[in-house]
Amino acid sequence: MAETMKKRSFWSWLWIILGVLYFILPLYSTFDFSLRAKKGVLSLVSYTNVFKDPSFWKTIEFSLIIGIFTIIVSIILVAPTAYWIRLRLPQLRGMVEFISMLPFVVPAIVLVFGAIRAFSGAPFYLTNTFFGTYVLLVAMYVVLALPFVYRAIDTGLAAIDVRALTEAAQSLGASWSTILFKVIFPNLRVAIINSAFLTLATVIGEYTIASFLVGIKAFGPYMSLIGQNRTYESSSLAIISFLMTWGFMGLIQIFNRGKVDSSSLAGAR
Amino acid sequence: MSSKTDTKIVKLGDAPKARPHHSGWRDWLGVVPFFLFVALFVALPSLTLLVRAFLDEENHLTLANLAGLLKSDILNAYWVTIKISLATALGGGLLGFLMAYAITVGKLPGGVRSSLLTFSGVASNFAGVPLAFAFIATLGRTGLVTILLKTLFNLDLYKAGFSLYSFWGLTLTYIFFQFPLMILVITPALDGLRKEWSEAAANLGASSATYWRKVALPILMPSILGSMILLFGNSFGAYATAYSLTGGFINLITIVIGSQIKGDILYNPGLGYALAVGMVIVMAVMMAIYYSLRRRSERWLRQ
Repeated sequence: MAETMKKRSFWSWLWIILGVLYFILPLYSTFDFSLRAKKGVLSLVSYTNVFKDPSFWKTIEFSLIIGIFTIIVSIILVAPTAYWIRLRLPQLRGMVEFISMLPFVVPAIVLVFGAIRAFSGAPFYLTNTFFGTYVLLVAMYVVLALPFVYRAIDTGLAAIDVRALTEAAQSLGASWSTILFKVIFPNLRVAIINSAFLTLATVIGEYTIASFLVGIKAFGPYMSLIGQNRTYESSSLAIISFLMTWGFMGLIQIFNRGKVDSSSLAGAR
Repeated sequence: MSSKTDTKIVKLGDAPKARPHHSGWRDWLGVVPFFLFVALFVALPSLTLLVRAFLDEENHLTLANLAGLLKSDILNAYWVTIKISLATALGGGLLGFLMAYAITVGKLPGGVRSSLLTFSGVASNFAGVPLAFAFIATLGRTGLVTILLKTLFNLDLYKAGFSLYSFWGLTLTYIFFQFPLMILVITPALDGLRKEWSEAAANLGASSATYWRKVALPILMPSILGSMILLFGNSFGAYATAYSLTGGFINLITIVIGSQIKGDILYNPGLGYALAVGMVIVMAVMMAIYYSLRRRSERWLRQ
């Protein structure tokens, strides 16, 4: 028995080490490469070059702002809907869950293709103005974030007694906005924070949709452009972008008290 | 007896059933914004593509666009995309499963489990442009691993026919985000394996191998297949990683759709629509299988 236990733990460690190597090697190689911009010495030149580039800051700022609008719109859209469905229209739950999973069926490249064709002409003309294009970009990202935003909020709602809280608030004379903003939303704090950081992690370096709608204004396409022209800077960008993803996911961990699950799934990009 | 009353209380507490509510038309107003949004930004773009796939440039009904899918280079693109998706779903799925096995049944220390799950959350979200850069620095012509293999083992990957910018290179790159995804989706299923089952099998004289072959794997199979289908879809629809790694010089469906959007090479708008519709059909079939498998796995494993 002890023998099989030992054997089992040997294999377990082997698989773990194999997977960790798969994960570490590319990151280590990238880091190593990013330090070699100056011949013969290790230096941080490629990083300072990136930080000195005004386009780096401009594109990060642009993608962050788009990300924040995406968060605001998706919370405003999903939270009241999920609440209302639990309270009054439980027969719609399956349908809304299905809709929230549609990004798994319609990949980002198809979604942006359809959106460009649907909104570039009459009657919307969204892609004719900068503002319209930004609206479309945010809308696409809201769709992309729908699977995990809906799941996080619905799980959050399942943990509280929506009906009892609502009726208690109503009997104390609360209006609908008071109920939503002072009773329901505070209970969804963790779910909202989770989906907000996941949205940021998804949106900030997103390439497929951004490249077709706004081009190098966004951070993803900017990284791609650097990759075509400057070898070392592209590796430092990869490291920076990895650290950002790690940061957002780490924040989720802190707010989620260490729990991770498959609710972070999004469709193909 | 007591458990019976418990369930009864829970049932009563389930408000919608306890107090039947007849939703009036006013209630439906509450979900209008959401459905309006979905109609505009999910349904309308998809339907636009679907309708145009059946129209020619003068807006007459035609099947020529769909017939265009049968051209050899398009069929080849579908075939290459399916092959890459299969290879990454199997490779990433297997590695991810074995690692998930290690942290659940393998009884490694709890610290390993939680750090592995955190890292999976990060790595499954680390795709696209930066991932392509990372693999160029690793397995590109001057990549660290390429150079190491050359100096240590005198093995020249590129002379041996390997290229990061072709099928196997892309497969290795995709696996970087595929196996963490597998860990995330399969760990709950492995957690659902009850200790009593393996104990009962052992009491009946079954070896560990027999237990896995006859009990654990059959129970897990729907979850494993379902997760692999999820991985398949994940790489079937991937564009960003493939495009930034190969610069668009690989014959994948997503890349062909991308060039149809830009209208650069062999521009044929009708074909673009047909390609997109074909892609959605494949994804829809995959998701349908995924859901039926998930329902089957839930019979045994409460996730």
